[in-house]
Amino acid sequence: MPHVRLDAPVRAARALFGAPNRWDLVAIPLVLGLLFVLSWGTRQMAVPYHLGEALPLSLDPRHLPYYALRTTLRMVAAMVLSLLFTFTYATFAAKSRRAEALLIPILDVLQSVPILGFLSITVVGFIHLFHGSLLGPEAAAVFAIFTSQAWNMAFSFYHSLKMVPKDLSQAAHLFRLSSWQRFWKLEVPFALPSLVWNAMMSASGGWFFVVASEAISVAGHHIFLPGVGSYIALAIEHKDLTAIGYAIAAMFVVIFLYDQLLFRPLVAWSERFRFEALASDTPSESWVLTLLRRAVVMRRVARIPALIRRRLVPVLPRRAESAPLVLLRHFIRREERLLTRLWRYGLIIAVSALSIGFARYVTAAVSYREIGDVFLYGAATAARVVVLVALASLIWVPVGVWVGERPRVARAVQPLAQFLAAFPANLLFPLAVMGIVHYHLNVQIWLSPLMILGTQWYILFNVIAGASLLPGDLREIARNLGLGRWQRWRRLILPAIFPSFVTGGLTAFGGAWNASVVAEVVNWGNTQLTATGLGAYIAQQTAAGDHPRVALGIVVMSLYVLVFNRFVWRPLHRYAEERFSLGG
Amino acid sequence: MNESSPTPLLDLRGVGQSYPAAESGVRVKILEDINLAVHEGEIVAILGRSGCGKSTLLRIMCGLIEPSAGTVLYRGTPVTGPAAGISMVFQSFALFPWLTVLQNVTLGLEARGVEEGERNRRADEVIEMIGLSGYESAYPKELSGGMRQRVGFARALVVDPDVLLMDEAFSALDVPTAESLRADLLDLWSERLIPTQAIVMVSHSIEEALFLADRVLVFDSNPGRVKDEVRVTLKHPRDRESASFRALVERIYGIMTTAAAGSAGGAVHGGRVGLAYRLPEVSVAQVSGVLEQLDQSGDHGGAELSELAEEMHLDLDTLFAIVEALELLGLAHVAERRIRMTRVGKVFVDGDQQQRRRIFAEHLVRRVPLVAHILRVLDERPQRRAPEERFLRELEDRLSEQESERVLSVVIQWARYAELLDYDYDAGVLSMGSPDVQQGA
Repeated sequence: MPHVRLDAPVRAARALFGAPNRWDLVAIPLVLGLLFVLSWGTRQMAVPYHLGEALPLSLDPRHLPYYALRTTLRMVAAMVLSLLFTFTYATFAAKSRRAEALLIPILDVLQSVPILGFLSITVVGFIHLFHGSLLGPEAAAVFAIFTSQAWNMAFSFYHSLKMVPKDLSQAAHLFRLSSWQRFWKLEVPFALPSLVWNAMMSASGGWFFVVASEAISVAGHHIFLPGVGSYIALAIEHKDLTAIGYAIAAMFVVIFLYDQLLFRPLVAWSERFRFEALASDTPSESWVLTLLRRAVVMRRVARIPALIRRRLVPVLPRRAESAPLVLLRHFIRREERLLTRLWRYGLIIAVSALSIGFARYVTAAVSYREIGDVFLYGAATAARVVVLVALASLIWVPVGVWVGERPRVARAVQPLAQFLAAFPANLLFPLAVMGIVHYHLNVQIWLSPLMILGTQWYILFNVIAGASLLPGDLREIARNLGLGRWQRWRRLILPAIFPSFVTGGLTAFGGAWNASVVAEVVNWGNTQLTATGLGAYIAQQTAAGDHPRVALGIVVMSLYVLVFNRFVWRPLHRYAEERFSLGG
Repeated sequence: MNESSPTPLLDLRGVGQSYPAAESGVRVKILEDINLAVHEGEIVAILGRSGCGKSTLLRIMCGLIEPSAGTVLYRGTPVTGPAAGISMVFQSFALFPWLTVLQNVTLGLEARGVEEGERNRRADEVIEMIGLSGYESAYPKELSGGMRQRVGFARALVVDPDVLLMDEAFSALDVPTAESLRADLLDLWSERLIPTQAIVMVSHSIEEALFLADRVLVFDSNPGRVKDEVRVTLKHPRDRESASFRALVERIYGIMTTAAAGSAGGAVHGGRVGLAYRLPEVSVAQVSGVLEQLDQSGDHGGAELSELAEEMHLDLDTLFAIVEALELLGLAHVAERRIRMTRVGKVFVDGDQQQRRRIFAEHLVRRVPLVAHILRVLDERPQRRAPEERFLRELEDRLSEQESERVLSVVIQWARYAELLDYDYDAGVLSMGSPDVQQGA
């Protein structure tokens, strides 16, 4: 009798999911384990907390896996939020011309705002919002990561939406897909490959910010959120080199797992949404995806959402356009010109009002002289960034070309370069401080390389990607004509990799500005090294809790980045696209 | 019998389409005063050279584009958006690459909220009928071009359309594949296996149109309008080599080479064309290629257009574009389905590179006002250089931005060959060519 009772649910499950095969043996525990860890960790994020309370944190490496989990959860949360933001903001911008005129410039400016700069401002807001809960500081940290990813992803999605092939869009219209169906059947799939790629790149930048945003000081209180970043901050305070070693090792493992379990499968999966397959592309592979695809039970489980939707959809009422809405649309179409003009004036007024308000806020606390000084600090940081990007290019372009021309080496080096780009370079800062102190080096010069430490890899792997796409026939003709080494570089290699180099250089450049906030002031126990620059200014004013000055620093830095982007990188990008794209 | 039905399936009344020119906002006409009634049981083909707005017309019929003049009635009611009974097959297939064959086919049903069991049942039927069985789970990229277009047909037919529109549905396929697909479609149609009541197709192949259609409408270009109509009463399957079929082919060539009264877009008869004339996209090599062909195998430098097209493997669009360029430059003359080299054309063919260049330059300046205009402007400037925007803006008074750029690029290409103009791509600057070939501009 008990035999039957046990058997019945098993048989029912088999009927629903099919008999498990050997792939399931790995896949099921993997998925269930992940779900458990996620739900357990998430619950820890909402425990009660009051400002000033000390969160228990220990340097015992046994706690590191738990800290690493918390850090990862922040990354996941930020990614989910970024996706939501992308799907709404970018869609709105792409669909409405009026919204586009406002939203895209905003996005452009937001992209140049130094993320770590306004952490101290947002954290106050979030603590008030989630009063008495750890969710406040958690949300601030997640928000910092969010800001490092969302703009980039939204841009990618917006551009994809703008490029949906006309005939597909017409087919969708002709077969009368609703806007909801159109979004999920046409627009999202079309955008997916580049969105996933952008999300992966953004996430690799995110590790830097999660580490930097876990240990925050607010109004004189230090908040150490449980996580690898706080662990490092504590280790720095205690001058504990072994602990730093542990943290670095933990970070390696976490990034590796995050990449293998999340992004590799996603990239491989998004491959099927690629609109035109380039012959030169080698299909991405992911053991996790293969595993999930071949496991019978997992495949059945993956179908459950579709089953639910199928039951649900006929029940949902189909939306009919209400009469007022139709009238409104008619009115908007008829008064198009007038509305556009009104909208533009409104925007101009709003922007001017905001600028004046901001100017009054800052000048109430800061003298004009100091504002001038802040611009000079900006120039110092700008000089550092420019020199460093140039130096990094001199080193990594030849290396990248060498690697890219050897497919087998490239296959091994490319993931490594991507991994290094993801690795939060701020973990290595303490080592630099010790070196500078030990050898009595010039702080102004030797702190600078820290800014580019994490972002130089973008140059490397973009150049590798560019060089590996160099058409074989061009390389053959270069050899056939007997081009010398220098001619070969000048006539073939540099033009061919130029577009990818510009992409990499732009990313490295933006990243270096962001990093300056943590790289120009570095601590090791009681030792503090400071280089003159805008990053140091923001960091110091943040520590002092002087909000008008922080805001001033942020705005000046955003201005510098905006000006460089607009007058250097964008023209370069356009030039590269027009002259050197291999499309012909 | 067909004509006896009181309301036509599809009724176009005075349909016109135009867009505002980029700079001045002057309306540029694409289609003008199209009146067309499509009845039950007939296949109508629309034939015309590129630029006659035939694809636009098809999109107006199915409600994808709103016409700027006139109305489209489907079963007596105006079409204001995509209508349920009208379906289309695209030249580029327009399949969703991330959906399987089955998912692509059921797309239209899904949009209508047909529940899944029913959806798959209907899709299976159509897939079987169109010869796609066994490929249901394949992605489009796994299929050959012919199979992809079969998916396109299945997707269009599964929603049981009254009217099936085909936008050059076979032109992206190789000849044998297109042939078999056309034959299969015709079988389905004549055996009434599909619920479709009428087919409207756009084509740039005369033979294709005559092979399938009961009625062929020949369109004029710039702006597009109905020039003439040819009824085809031959029984299916039609034999392309039969005398009656060939006669119809020749008749259509005849219509296409007759200038309609007051038309700017018909054959260019020596007369001057305007500054913003939409020059055909033709290379100098194509021009001299056709002239050489006429010289070698033609009968006293003349030939039937149909023969020329066959010998040189030219489709209708390319053939007429080259013919237009030849007439425009005064190197050949077309009348009554025949093309004949002019005397200058003969001199051009016989000449060496230098002479050819000189003749081409001379005629370019004389007969293409835009070239003369550019040379005049450059000549007045001390540096003899001007940015391309200078001329683009002028063209945009009359044309769209894209069309202006296309026209200017044709002029640059021709004038470079003639060594009249130089163009700096990076700077976007036009300048005078080498002085020894400059003609009195």
